[in-house]
Amino acid sequence: MGEKAKGFFVTGDPLIYGADVSIIITLLGILVFLTYFKKWGWLWSEWLTTVDHKKIGIMYLVSSLLMLFRGGVDALLMRMQLAMPNTHFLQSQHYNEIFTTHGTIMILFMAMPFMFALFNIVIPLQIGARDVAYPFLNAMSFWLFFFGALLFNLSFVIGGSPDAGWLSYPPLSELAGSPGPGQNFYIWGIQISGIGSLATGINFLVTILKMRAPGMKLMQMPLFTWSVLSSCITIIFAFPVLTVTLALLFVDRFFGAHIFTAASGGNPMMYVNLIWMWGHPEVYIVVLPAFGIYSEIVSTFSKKKIFGYKSMVFSMIIISVLGYFTWVHHFFTMGAGADVNTFFAITTMAIGIPTGVKIFNWLFTMFRGRITMTQPMLWTLAFIPCFLVGGATGVMLAAAPADYQYHNSYFLIAHFHQTLIGGVVFGYLAGLYYWWPKMFGFKLNDRIGKWAFWTWNIGFYVCFMPQYALGFMGMTRRVYTYGWDMGWAPYNLVSTAGAFLMGIGFIFQVWQILYSIKHGERDLTGDPWNGRTLEWSIPSPAPHYNFAHLPAVRSDDSWWDMKKHRYGAAGQDEIKEYAPIHMPKNSGIPFLMSACWFVAGFGLTFEWIWLGIAGLAGIGICLLARSFQRNTDYYIPVDEIKRTEASIGRVV
Amino acid sequence: MSKRLSSGRLRMVSVLAAGLLVLLSGCDRRYLIFNPSGPVAEKELHLIILSAVLCAVVVIPVLALLIFIVYRYRDKPGNKAPYTPEWSDSKILEIVWWGVPIIIIGILGVYTAKTTYSLVKPPVEDVKPITIQVTSLDWKWLFQYPDQKIATVNYAEIPAGVPVQFHLTSDQMMNSFWVPELGGQEYTMPGMAMRLWLQADQPGTYYGSGANFTGKGFAHMKFKVVAKPQAEFNQWAKQVKKTAPALTEAKYQQLAQKGLSEKQTYSSYPERLFLDTIDRNGGKYMKPEMKHGGHDMSMMDHDNE
Amino acid sequence: MAQSAISMDAPQEHQHDTFKLLGFWIFLVTDCIIFACLFAVYAVLRTHTDGDLTGRELFEVKGFTAETLILLASSFTSGLASLAMHKGSKKQLLGWLTVTVLLGLSFVGLEITEFAKMASEGARISTNAFLSSFFTLVGTHGLHVSFGLIWMIGVMVQIARFGIDSLTKEKVTIVGLYWHFLDVVWIFIFTVVYLLGVM
Repeated sequence: MGEKAKGFFVTGDPLIYGADVSIIITLLGILVFLTYFKKWGWLWSEWLTTVDHKKIGIMYLVSSLLMLFRGGVDALLMRMQLAMPNTHFLQSQHYNEIFTTHGTIMILFMAMPFMFALFNIVIPLQIGARDVAYPFLNAMSFWLFFFGALLFNLSFVIGGSPDAGWLSYPPLSELAGSPGPGQNFYIWGIQISGIGSLATGINFLVTILKMRAPGMKLMQMPLFTWSVLSSCITIIFAFPVLTVTLALLFVDRFFGAHIFTAASGGNPMMYVNLIWMWGHPEVYIVVLPAFGIYSEIVSTFSKKKIFGYKSMVFSMIIISVLGYFTWVHHFFTMGAGADVNTFFAITTMAIGIPTGVKIFNWLFTMFRGRITMTQPMLWTLAFIPCFLVGGATGVMLAAAPADYQYHNSYFLIAHFHQTLIGGVVFGYLAGLYYWWPKMFGFKLNDRIGKWAFWTWNIGFYVCFMPQYALGFMGMTRRVYTYGWDMGWAPYNLVSTAGAFLMGIGFIFQVWQILYSIKHGERDLTGDPWNGRTLEWSIPSPAPHYNFAHLPAVRSDDSWWDMKKHRYGAAGQDEIKEYAPIHMPKNSGIPFLMSACWFVAGFGLTFEWIWLGIAGLAGIGICLLARSFQRNTDYYIPVDEIKRTEASIGRVV
Repeated sequence: MSKRLSSGRLRMVSVLAAGLLVLLSGCDRRYLIFNPSGPVAEKELHLIILSAVLCAVVVIPVLALLIFIVYRYRDKPGNKAPYTPEWSDSKILEIVWWGVPIIIIGILGVYTAKTTYSLVKPPVEDVKPITIQVTSLDWKWLFQYPDQKIATVNYAEIPAGVPVQFHLTSDQMMNSFWVPELGGQEYTMPGMAMRLWLQADQPGTYYGSGANFTGKGFAHMKFKVVAKPQAEFNQWAKQVKKTAPALTEAKYQQLAQKGLSEKQTYSSYPERLFLDTIDRNGGKYMKPEMKHGGHDMSMMDHDNE
Repeated sequence: MAQSAISMDAPQEHQHDTFKLLGFWIFLVTDCIIFACLFAVYAVLRTHTDGDLTGRELFEVKGFTAETLILLASSFTSGLASLAMHKGSKKQLLGWLTVTVLLGLSFVGLEITEFAKMASEGARISTNAFLSSFFTLVGTHGLHVSFGLIWMIGVMVQIARFGIDSLTKEKVTIVGLYWHFLDVVWIFIFTVVYLLGVM
């Protein structure tokens, strides 16, 4: 393939030259900063080798915000190209690359790590644990994601970006349709980070099942924990399918096999089935934790117990199970026959039932409560109407014959952005505002936050409502240009304006974070929102070991209960003896091993077999080295616990 | 055309809603989907409207409820609204909101199933249908008329009031064949002959496009479907037969190259061109009815030997 | 309260040992799904020979029967190794693991020979869809076995160095579980691919 790629470096586009320059300047800046301030050692020992779930969560968060920026810039470029008919801002090829990377990055390198950031930061604290079940594996998951994302993004300047759509249907994604290395970047970038995601799924499932604080029964778990549990189960059953599908596509491209080719007996239709068997559950993987976040926030800021807890749990489990039986609705128009289409239409609509139930339960949690309009609550309240309408258009899309008219049109685009932004992104942002004080010890500024909130929200509706209309006007997705004849121009222009409003909202948020670092209201109590769950029972930010004493849980809303009945961390005058705390040691292996994966992935992308083998050998060596390590943990002595607790203002 | 589809009352609701939508959109021809020009698109529009109405039945009250609750129970000093921080369970309410969506989905499910099954049959039974074979190429559309033995590129003429069965395939990238005013789309798949019934009630020119991404020239894969009275259609076919050049195997190879194309017309084509295209791209592994007719389409050869 | 806080810390730590095993079981579930997909792909494509040789002409009964018996035997010997471990006999444990590794090596050797022979007859992964799916499915299993061999040798070195303790015990248990899992997968390959292929 090497000779087929026109050149190693992508050339010929001023946008890309600009990116080259800014990447080099940023890298140089970071290098100079680290060297000048002698921060290399700090970077290595505090971050690159950490196995602390809180730090890993923060690294996930930073990466996902960076990816949100990249994916967002992609979106703005597309909207600029589509603002007017017959624009020559982007060439067809460039536009195709941009929508491909936009979709892939937003789902796999923005939504997934954002979600994992919240898993990592919140789950152990919320269930009263000191770490996850496999801290080493957790670090590995992060670095695999990191290097996978790095590899994928590298295609922008080296070798050329993938351009066959975010799910890369063959035959277009086969060697004959996409000869360059771009498609290989896609395969390996996702494959490497996907292994990490799978490991995270296993990790948090075991964490939740096995490491809950003493006394916490399954039906006393906070709903966010339940949502993570159901999301993890879905990950465990869906991600292996992605692994296989991408591997098979690579086998086709690398060995010239014929699994998904149109020629020599291959079956492209099978790829479409397989990729959606992962792809549809993936949507529920990212949305379920958002549901959990909303549940926490609605209850906290209505100062009321969540309504219909059992129903909430039950509906999440139904969603994660039903999620496996709806994948065909992504291709009702592939002529699967009336029987098949009817079956999948009804299963798809059926998912609307438990989702609708959740909305009612949130409403009735607020009913007869006392609602405070904090930032997390604002995003939650914005979510409800947005997701309601997005869900309704989802039910409309599920009616198979109606879908024949919506499929691949802008109606579909508007629908899934409404559920993914209105449901997932709003949820994660709400969670970010909610748990930010727990992560960093200060609140995010309210005034700037409201500006961000309103620009985001108004921008959203301005951007996507016209797209429903465009769908009815026959505009299909992925067209890089259109003419004046169809009357699409005004709606597209409005939509572009909305996209830029959302971009401004993002800038407000960056400003908000920077501003709040300096001026944000400090959280000295550890419980800034008058919370209900265990993460609020410890100081903000949480000490390295989270809980000096593991909490003894007696009911659901356990921290609320402790505060009410004055026991546990809310108890008074209790003499507490500390015991040494068992903690995992830091390790450099996850970082090094994931770097080897990166090398292997890069080698295989360019079909430089020697480099691929070198990378794989490195992975093997890292695995063996880890297997031979015996002292992977240590005890924090009582003295140190006392010192730490005193320094964060807790009674010793 | 919706006799089979809906009971009288439901139909009235749909008609009302359709009227409303048309008013909202300013009776605009640009909203292709709201301007069905044949029975297939009409059925689909009815289902669209029905589903929109059913969804609105839930969405609008819930939105109103949301506004009411947020306003009434906001945390404001002196708010007299009741506050019950421990109340978290009500069997009756739970039954209501599990029940209502189930009923709505049930109703929609029935109509979805009915429409789905009705669309695999010819739209009208009493008129003899014609067949057009469609091949999506990079990046153009080839239409072959097996009855008239003529072929066109990037436009199709059809007789008005006559059901047309499109046989769809691709040489090789998957596309999707969509003429919104006549009805919903169907993929063109390599190695398969998908079937799609469409019909234009009135003469006219209808916009068609490829709906599934196929690479560089995808945005330009547009075509016109021109519906004419049967006599004019016959006239046109005769004219083509007489005056247009032949589509030879070599010409086809040229056509199959990546690139855009103007409208073209051919007086003949290699007899087995369509079937050969299917076979070459994996068609020989499909069940025979996938290639040569039959009603329903089950997908892959699942090897039940 | 103080008392309970201390005593509550302890059980969580002891559970750590069983975490690994539970996690590995879940990993096996995911690996199972991977193989299930590969089997499904094979089932769809097994007749898509594009006019070339079919399984009946390509598969050699003698070869795949030998592979099956060898792998079954290795699963048995890995079971014996586990018994020896529970008896606490380091020598027997190492011995049976060595036998398992040797059997595993000969399985991989036979498989490579089989693949090479097919390739020399013109039946390569790029020949047609049937062979693509065949080599992918059986090859993935072969890669799993090869990986398991390296892993098992690593565990043996550790036993030789550190003896039988709770850490090495856990490792032997897990690698043994992995080995049995591969055996079960092979039974399916034997039936679905080879037996149905030659019938």
